[in-house]
Amino acid sequence: METHAHEITHTAEHTEHHHHEHPKLSFIEKYVFSMDHKIISKQFLFTAMFMAFAAAIMSVLFRIQLAWPGHSSSVMHYFLGDRWAKGGILDPNMYLGLITIHGTIMVFFLLTGGLSGTFANLLIPLQVGARDMASPMMNMLSYWFFFISSLIMFISLFIETGPASAGWTIYPPLSVLPQAIPGSGLGMTLWLTSIALFVVSSLLGGLNYIVTVINLRTVGMKMTRLPLTIWALLITAVLGVLSFPVLFGAAILMIFDRTFGTSFYLSDIYIGGQALSQTGGSPILFEHLFWFLGHPEVYIVIMPAFGLMSEIISINARKPIFGYRAMIGSMLSIAFLAFIVWGHHMFVSGMNPFLGSVFVFTTLLIAIPSAVKAFNYITTLWKGSISFNPQLLFVVGAVSTFISGGLTGIILADSALDVAVHGTYFVVAHFHIVMGLSAVLAMFGGVYHWFPKMFGKLMNKKMGYWHFWLTFICAYGVFLPMHFLGLAGVPRRYYTNDAFAPWAKLQDINIIVTIFAIVGVLSQIIFFVNFFYSMFKGTKSDENPWRANTLEWTTPLVPEHGNWPGPLPVVHRWAYDYSKPGKEHDFVPQTVPMEEGELDEGEHS
Amino acid sequence: MSHVLIKYSVYLAVFLLIVLIYQLMRIYQLSSELKGKNIGIADDKDNNRQGVGMVLFMLGFFAFLIWLIIRFKHDLLPPAVSDVGKTSDNLFMLNWVIIFVVFFITTAILFYFGYKYRRNENNKTAYFYPHNDKLELIWTVVPSIALAVIIIYGLSLWGKMTSKPGPDALKLQIYAKQFDFTIRYAGKDNKLGPTNYKLIDDASNPLGMYKDSAACWDDVVVRGEMHLPVNREVYIQCNARDVMHGMYLPHFRTQINCVPGMSTFMHFTPTETTAEMRKQLNDSTFDYILICNRVCGAGHYNMFLKVVVDSPDEFNKWLGSKKPQFGDADKGTVNQTAMK
Repeated sequence: METHAHEITHTAEHTEHHHHEHPKLSFIEKYVFSMDHKIISKQFLFTAMFMAFAAAIMSVLFRIQLAWPGHSSSVMHYFLGDRWAKGGILDPNMYLGLITIHGTIMVFFLLTGGLSGTFANLLIPLQVGARDMASPMMNMLSYWFFFISSLIMFISLFIETGPASAGWTIYPPLSVLPQAIPGSGLGMTLWLTSIALFVVSSLLGGLNYIVTVINLRTVGMKMTRLPLTIWALLITAVLGVLSFPVLFGAAILMIFDRTFGTSFYLSDIYIGGQALSQTGGSPILFEHLFWFLGHPEVYIVIMPAFGLMSEIISINARKPIFGYRAMIGSMLSIAFLAFIVWGHHMFVSGMNPFLGSVFVFTTLLIAIPSAVKAFNYITTLWKGSISFNPQLLFVVGAVSTFISGGLTGIILADSALDVAVHGTYFVVAHFHIVMGLSAVLAMFGGVYHWFPKMFGKLMNKKMGYWHFWLTFICAYGVFLPMHFLGLAGVPRRYYTNDAFAPWAKLQDINIIVTIFAIVGVLSQIIFFVNFFYSMFKGTKSDENPWRANTLEWTTPLVPEHGNWPGPLPVVHRWAYDYSKPGKEHDFVPQTVPMEEGELDEGEHS
Repeated sequence: MSHVLIKYSVYLAVFLLIVLIYQLMRIYQLSSELKGKNIGIADDKDNNRQGVGMVLFMLGFFAFLIWLIIRFKHDLLPPAVSDVGKTSDNLFMLNWVIIFVVFFITTAILFYFGYKYRRNENNKTAYFYPHNDKLELIWTVVPSIALAVIIIYGLSLWGKMTSKPGPDALKLQIYAKQFDFTIRYAGKDNKLGPTNYKLIDDASNPLGMYKDSAACWDDVVVRGEMHLPVNREVYIQCNARDVMHGMYLPHFRTQINCVPGMSTFMHFTPTETTAEMRKQLNDSTFDYILICNRVCGAGHYNMFLKVVVDSPDEFNKWLGSKKPQFGDADKGTVNQTAMK
C-alpha cells in the first residue's frame, strides 16, 4: 500500500528516470557535464582537493618566511620566481597575497564548496531515498559556477600585480585602493568576480539541497528519521541561502567603489599625495555586511562536519548517537545564533560599545549547544564497541579539536578580553583549531567512510592510520604553540614576527610551527597516493562495508544514475538502531520494518 | 649550479616518496589478500593498537602543552600596566582556570574512552543507550551557569572600558597612515582643534588642521614616540588618513581601529612608568609599544611606535620642550583651502 502511494507521487520523476535508462550518454555527458549527483559530488571533491593542495603549499611558503625571515630559500624561489622572491626572499606584498588566497581557498573553496558540495551532493539523495536532486540541471550549474570561480581565483595568483592581498576579509579601503597595495588592482577585481560566481554556485546548490530534503524524502522518511548528516546539510544550506546574498551585495558595492567612484565604504581619504573626492561612506558598513555572511560562514563550514562526525562515531562505536533530538536541537540553535553574533568580529572596529555588549551575550550563548554536542559525542563512545577504522580516528580527532579550539573561544567572545588579543596569533590558533581542523578532519573521515560508495573500493587502512597520526600530531604541533605568540601580543599578518625585540625570543615558536607545517603538508602525499591508488587498484568493497543502517548502503555498490534499480526503498525506522537489544545483528537498516511493540527512538529520544 | 642540483634532488625525493608509498600499498594489499585479511576494515589487532595510540597521543599532547607553558611563560606579555588592564588580567585568569579544567577533563575522557571501549574479543557488544534527559539537562545547565559568571564579569569590565572618560583626562590624538603614527597633544586648552583631510600637506600640515581655529594653535604634533603621564587618565582619539589601521597597546590590554572618515576613541590610566617596569622586569631595554594591528599594506609589519610612560614632572618637561604645530604667524590667517 505504502509503495503504491509512493509510485503515484513520483510518476513525474519516474518518467525522467526511464529517460536515463537509455545507456547512450557520451563521455562528456556522463562525466563532464553530468547531472548525476554522485558524479557532481566527485567533481566538487576533486576540484576542492586541487585548490586545497595549492593553498597548503602557500601556507608552507609563508611559514618558511616566518620561521627564517631574510634567509634565502630555494623552495621559495622555485615557486615564486624572480618576480616575487628575488634571491629566494619572499616579497612582502606577495606574503600578504599568499595569506589572503590561502584563507580564501580554505574557507570558501575547500570547506564550503568542497565540504558541502561533496557530501551534500553525495549523501542527500542517497540518504533520503531519492533518485537525484530536485533539479539535476541546477546542480550541474552549481558545480560549473564553482569550477569557473575556482579557476579565476587560481589564475589571480599569476597576474603581474599579484593576487588580492588585503586579507581574506578584504576590508576597505585597503582592498579598494590600488595605490595602497598592488594586490588591490586586478588581483582584487578577480577576487571579487570569483567570489560573486562562488555565491551563485552556493545558492544554486543550497536551494537544491533544501528542496530535495523537504520534498524528495522517500516513503516513511520522516524528519525525525533523517540521519544527522542530512539534518546538518539541510541546516547548512539554509544558513548559506540566507547569508551568502549579503556577501554578494557587499562585493557588488565594493565593485562600484572601485570602478565607478561611488563612496559606500570610502570617506575622507588622502593617499599618494592626493585627497580623494569620496566622502560619506564607511568601512564599518562593509565590516557589518561581510561578517553578516562571515560568521554564519564558519557554521556553514562546521555544520556538515557535525553531521559527518555524528554518523561516523555512531556507526563505528556500534551505538546510537546519544541524544539524537538534542543533537538536532543544538544544531538548530547554533544556526539561529549564528545570525546574531557577527559583531564579535568587530569589537575593535569602533562600533557602538553597547552593540558590543549584545554580541558578547549572544556569542557566549553558542557555547551551550556546542557543549551539548561535545558531551553527546563523548557519551556515544561510552560503552561502545569501537572499531578503529581510519574515519573513526579522524572524527575523534575532530571532536578533540572542536573542544580545544572551542574553549579559547570563550576568551575571544568576551569583548573586554578580546581587545587584549584581537588580531593576534591567539585568534589564528583559535579559529584554525575549532573550525579549520575540525572541519578538515571530519572531511577526511567522510572521504574514508564514503569512498566505497564513490568508487566501489576500500581505501588502505594502514596508510589511513599513518595519514591520520601524522596529520593530527602536526595539526596540534602547528596551532597549539601559536596561542603563545598571541599571548605575547604578536599580531597576525606580519611579514616577520621578530620586528620588535621581545618577540625575537619567541622565534623558536615560529620554527616549531613551520617544521610541523612542512611535515603535515608532506604527509598529505600519503593520502593522495592512497586515494588514487585505491580508486584504480584498491580492493573491492562489500555493499555495506561498515554495516551501517542508512539508505545509501541499500543501493548497488556503485549505483547508476537513479540510484536504486528497482522501486525506491521504504523507511520504517530511524538511522541509529545499532546494537539494539533483541536483534540478530548489531545493526538494523532503516528499511527493516518495525516489530510489534518496538519503539521508534527517533520519535521518542 | 647548486640551485639546479637542489631543485632536481627535491623532484627526485618527492617522486621516490610517492613510489615508496605506492609500492608499500601494493605489498600490503597482496599480502593481505594472500592471508585473507581485509585491507580497509579495522580488525581487533588494529583496534587494540589504535586504542593504545589514543592514550599515547593524549599523554604526548598534555606533555607538549605543559612544556610549551614552562618554556615560554616568561616571554609572554608582562602584567598589565593600566587600570582596566589589571581587571582584564584577573578575568583572563578566571577564564584560564575554567578552560584548563574543562580541557583536561574532557580531552582525557575522550581519548580514554577510545582506548577503553575499543572493539576486541572482550568487547564485542555495545550498550544501546540512545538518550538520557537528565544527563543532557546537566550539561546544558552547568555550562550556562559558568557562562553567566563570565558574561557578567566581562560586561562590567567592558562597561568600564567604554564609559565616558573623566573631565580631567589628558586628551590626545593618534593619527595613522601608511606606515607610521603621528601623535597630537591637545595643549593647554585640552581641546583637539578641528581637521579636514583636504588641508593635508605632508610638509607643513600633516594632519590637515585648521590654521584659523584657536583650538588648533596650542596643539602639539609629535612623531617618533608617544609619552603618557603615569596615573592620569588619557583619552585618545584615533584617526587614519589612507586605509584602516589598528591601534594595539598590548601592555595596556586595549585596542581599537583607526578608520578613515571617522573618529574612534579609547581611554585608560597607565599605572606603571617605563622606568618602574624596566626595574620590575630587570630589563633596561624594555619599552611599551603601540603597534598597527590591522593589515595596511606591505610595510604593515614595521608600523609601530615606542610608548613612554613618565612621571608627571618628566611628562610636563617633555611636552614643554615641544613646539606647537603653528607659529604665531599662522594664527588668524583664514585658510583659503578650507573655504573651497
